[in-house]
Amino acid sequence: MLQHKDGSVQNHQHGWEPYVDNGGTSLAIAGEDFCVIASDTRQSEGYSINTRFDPKIHKITDKIMLATTGYSADAKRLTEVIKMQTERYFYKHEKNMESHAAAQMLSVILYQKRFFPYYVFPILAGIDNEGKGCVYSYDPVGNMERVTFQVYGSASGMIQPFLDSQVGFKNQQNVDKTRLLTKEEAISIAVDSFTAATERDIYTGDYLEIYIVDANGIHREQKPLKFD
Amino acid sequence: MDKSILAEIVGDSNTGFKFDNALRNESLTSNGTGAPKATKTGTTIVGLIFKDGVVLGADTRATAGSIVADKNCAKIHYITPNIYCCGAGTAADTEFTTNIISSNLALHQMNSGREPRVATAMTFLKQYLFRYQGHVSAALVLGGVDSTGPHLYTVYPHGSTDKLPFVTMGSGSLAAMATFESKFKPNMERQEAIDLVQEAIESGIFNDLGSGSNVDVCVITKGKVDYLRNYAKPNERISKLKSYKFARGTTGILKESIHKFDIVVESDAMDVV
Amino acid sequence: MSYNGTAIVAMTGKNCVAIAADKRLGQQFLTVDMDFQKIFPITKKTYVGLPGLATDVQTLYKSNMYRLNEQRDIEPKAFAHMVSSTLYEKRFGPYYIEPIVAGLDKNNNPYICGMDLLGCMDVAHDFIVAGSADENLKGMCENLWEADLEPEDLFETISQALLNAVDRDALSGWGGVVHIITPNEVITRHLKARMD
Repeated sequence: MLQHKDGSVQNHQHGWEPYVDNGGTSLAIAGEDFCVIASDTRQSEGYSINTRFDPKIHKITDKIMLATTGYSADAKRLTEVIKMQTERYFYKHEKNMESHAAAQMLSVILYQKRFFPYYVFPILAGIDNEGKGCVYSYDPVGNMERVTFQVYGSASGMIQPFLDSQVGFKNQQNVDKTRLLTKEEAISIAVDSFTAATERDIYTGDYLEIYIVDANGIHREQKPLKFD
Repeated sequence: MDKSILAEIVGDSNTGFKFDNALRNESLTSNGTGAPKATKTGTTIVGLIFKDGVVLGADTRATAGSIVADKNCAKIHYITPNIYCCGAGTAADTEFTTNIISSNLALHQMNSGREPRVATAMTFLKQYLFRYQGHVSAALVLGGVDSTGPHLYTVYPHGSTDKLPFVTMGSGSLAAMATFESKFKPNMERQEAIDLVQEAIESGIFNDLGSGSNVDVCVITKGKVDYLRNYAKPNERISKLKSYKFARGTTGILKESIHKFDIVVESDAMDVV
Repeated sequence: MSYNGTAIVAMTGKNCVAIAADKRLGQQFLTVDMDFQKIFPITKKTYVGLPGLATDVQTLYKSNMYRLNEQRDIEPKAFAHMVSSTLYEKRFGPYYIEPIVAGLDKNNNPYICGMDLLGCMDVAHDFIVAGSADENLKGMCENLWEADLEPEDLFETISQALLNAVDRDALSGWGGVVHIITPNEVITRHLKARMD
């Protein structure tokens, strides 16, 4: 700030903007003994597409995946940090980190940067130590919650109520609300969420990556979405 | 603030735009209530002159912020039987501006007894837009064939114009212009020109997030117009894997009332063209 | 939009249309009324939904009713054009309203049309949404809607779209009302919903 003699104030700050929103959407659905994690691969800025294939889901251990949205550079750095820590854990304890431990660690890593946060909305998903599907969702400063389904990103407003309806069976009479989805149902719902979101959200598109984590390990599928 | 700049220019007449809500809206904005987002056409619109006339092209996406408001809107507007106009900018402005100029030209035609010229449409548009100092945000590509041959213009929101053999406008204009710059040549054949317009629009559709969905094309030649709505559909919806139909009785109802009509044959319903 | 909070949605079905709205009226986060009317009948087979600033909802409705004093029914398409012109007249001091017109025309063909606050029309064959929960509604409708639903199935689809959308929007909800317009009758149903 610069104060002139006549009392007028001139703002001399150069707009330093450390954050960019790169768009994109990620979701995870936990099942009885599996977990579905899906994400589009478009990475954009403003009205431009930076790349049509920039995967936002990363493998942490054989049982845990990390799905991100927000600022791509921060997301990549965050993934790197978590991978590094889980690897250190592996060499120190000679076993893989369990999902609840990784979940807590992610929360701590995020909160460590409380006043200059990673601009990332992470979802940690996989199977827990009992073999059940698990999804942990976070805000950028580390507030953590274990949930059965979560979606973050530019199309989250469109997909979250749909998951409430189809996975959470909200607002429905005469249905068994304790019923858990089969793997095929969960995958169909995840895919349909993205084909619908692609229609209406300009930042979601190009390709869809789907990971299915279960007792057999991690299985990956890829589908084309729309390119407009 | 006593009067908006626009009110000063346009005056407080009883016709045309009204400003009575402007002050209230300003205070609402200062209280932290934002206005609803107006529908914009991010848009790729193009035009080129070929051997026998003019080809206009447009994508069909309308956006409100980052959300697609209309997946298949028509951005090539009718002006007169021999003149059409592509619009980019605030969707309502392009729609109503072309409409007003269209009716003014119809009156002009009746008055003069001559087929309207493209230059006249261009002049009407630029005078109208200049009057509103860029506040009516319509960026237009105007094309047509009249007694003096084919003409193609761009009209900017502030009222300036260009006359060129090939033009592009909107957020996808750079992508489309790249195509034109590398492949345009004078005196192309009809199909060649349509193909080039399609390619330019598609490069906007795929590389610019503000543009999308389908390709509209309008070919204007002496005494003939071919409005090829949805000439190409390169972005059909991916079909759903599941049906999400609910069983009847799923939604809880608190109360219900049924209003039955007396069945009468209606003979005097209003028609709109 | 975000001052009073609204969610309105219209959908087409097989020879029928449905229009639904939530019931909340708020002043930002304070809820004032839980039974606020946002959908108004224009003719027996044409309804208009007025999402936006509540004062404009009522002003616009009154001014249009005044203009409609013609002693005969207006077609939904003609009515939509009239609303559109009314809005564009105030291009530089707009009403904060994004109207939705839903109805059956004289041949009982479904007609739904949305507008932005400046009156730019969007005539759709499937669904139209507006209000503070418009993004949520778009996502729901894009997934749930399918062509040629019978009136009863259309009721379930539109109701589920509305209820799940408003539950993820802090500014709308507190019950819902659905009108299903068919060639012979209009069925009005008030929905059981979360009241928070």
